Amino acid sequence: MTATFGEYGGRYVPETLIPALDELTEAWDVAREDASFWDELDELGRTYAGRPTPLTRADRFAPATRLYLKREDLLHTGAHKLNNTLGQAVLAQRLGKRRIVAETGAGQHGVATASVCARFGLECVVYMGAEDMRRQQPNVERMGLLGAEVRAVEFGTRTLKEATSEAIRDWIENVETTHYLIGSCVGPAPYPELVRELQAVIGREAREQVLEAEGRLPDAVLACVGGGSNAIGMFAGFLDDVGVELFGVEAAGAASLSSGRAAVLHGARSSVLADEDGQVADAHSISAGLDYPGVGPEHAFLRDSGRVRYVTATDEEALAAFRRLAETEGIVPALEPAHALARVDDVQSELVVVCLSGRGDKDLAEALRALGS
Amino acid sequence: MTKSLVVYLMSEPETPELAEAAVEGGADVVELGFPFSDPLADGPVIRLAAERALARGMRTRACLECLAEVRARVGDTPLIPMTYASLLEAYGWERFAADAREAGATSLIVADLPAGERPELRRVQLVAPTSTDARVALAAHETDGWLYLVTLTGTTGARDELSSSLADLAARARRLAPGVPLYAGFGISTPEQARAAAELTDGVVVGSRALLAAENGPAALREYVASLRAALDA
Repeated sequence: MTATFGEYGGRYVPETLIPALDELTEAWDVAREDASFWDELDELGRTYAGRPTPLTRADRFAPATRLYLKREDLLHTGAHKLNNTLGQAVLAQRLGKRRIVAETGAGQHGVATASVCARFGLECVVYMGAEDMRRQQPNVERMGLLGAEVRAVEFGTRTLKEATSEAIRDWIENVETTHYLIGSCVGPAPYPELVRELQAVIGREAREQVLEAEGRLPDAVLACVGGGSNAIGMFAGFLDDVGVELFGVEAAGAASLSSGRAAVLHGARSSVLADEDGQVADAHSISAGLDYPGVGPEHAFLRDSGRVRYVTATDEEALAAFRRLAETEGIVPALEPAHALARVDDVQSELVVVCLSGRGDKDLAEALRALGS
Repeated sequence: MTKSLVVYLMSEPETPELAEAAVEGGADVVELGFPFSDPLADGPVIRLAAERALARGMRTRACLECLAEVRARVGDTPLIPMTYASLLEAYGWERFAADAREAGATSLIVADLPAGERPELRRVQLVAPTSTDARVALAAHETDGWLYLVTLTGTTGARDELSSSLADLAARARRLAPGVPLYAGFGISTPEQARAAAELTDGVVVGSRALLAAENGPAALREYVASLRAALDA
């Protein structure tokens, strides 16, 4: 198998999709070497998305640490997902594809996809598990307002895993007209690498900003990991800085890296919550964005190489961090990065950067109910 | 020339009896689904059948036992397990191929392992309307026994009409895979569709509709398969 990240990655998909993956690989290879592609994205980032995002000091949240938050929550759709959807929308235009299909868990990727489709005049279909639609109702309404068709996935786990399978099946059916705008650094090659490069702007900016603020690199960088796109984008800025410790924080009930095994899911070989027969298990997290039994293949590679340490946080720990950031800093984080915030105290480093990958408006009802207030 | 009829069944406790009925009805080859939790190439009927089979404990070992039981009932009819890469990854690629052969498998289909990947794993390769000529030639070179023509751009499951893409794909495959038998599958459910597809190819594969017939027991499946057989032989 043509693996991309050590023994992980590859293209485990039905033959029907192989020509489309070849075509995408070719377009991406051209685009990544083309200054006008990156100029267009920089311009969109500045004038549409809200880049660069600030780096915010969070003293009251972590009095014992110099903690900085990389504020991807301030992107106009409320999460880092927009970095990826803008890049892929530009690529889709280069491919001449006018229809976009996507999956969404928390709804953040769905909103980011619906937004860029509105911006570029593309048809947009988003698959979302029925259980996630219940948990993330505001984002369902936003996607509708933005002109996307949200299709409920009513079988299996009714969450991101099934939504992803259905999006891929739609792509198989409509591959000649449709670009699959995958939302994380998962899926068959070239997607994991493509999404990393589009999210790498997070780490690039954060590195420059922390150097400017502190005159040195951080001791530790933390990011939450579901599929892992905000983390891979953040880590990309620091992978070569051997003195910077990197931590990925998974939801305890969806810890593909901490308690998974090698398996094949959604087109790639990676570390997956699967049983000894290779059957994929259900994940369980209060955070819909982390509620996924797979993870990007590069994370599995970075785990095995030892460059990144992957730890977990429970629903309760994430909820406590969610409340604590709101009360101490006046920032309501999404439940996903609340998992990363929950591990800040354990890192015991002087200078720490956390990727605050999204804001928590979408989670308010669910989080307040769980917090019992 | 006689056209081949391939019937797909999901591995379940009743399957040996059903496979025997399918062969009695006129199936030349039986494909045996080993269920996977996330079958990307499959439409609703096979996906649901896989969910049910898994809920009934049809894991890899049980499927291999099912395969051996089918083998005991169908003489030398070719038997082809069809599954997904994750099962082989978990079981061990070579070990899976060896144990399946030991249990009576003639070849293998891995729906999410396209031609060019793991060529040492001998299996029936699939080509689709989207496949380039180069990929059709590669699949023909690597395939084991016959080439599976996916008639349409889509997942498994019955359609109202036979896909118009099949004619072009079959013509290309004839040119690029001289001497390799071509069987068409996906979206073929009625005797008329089977007949029309077989006019362009050497045989047809019927899956979702066969599973629905099998719901009503061996006699219903036998009758359905016989109706396909009659259409192919007419």
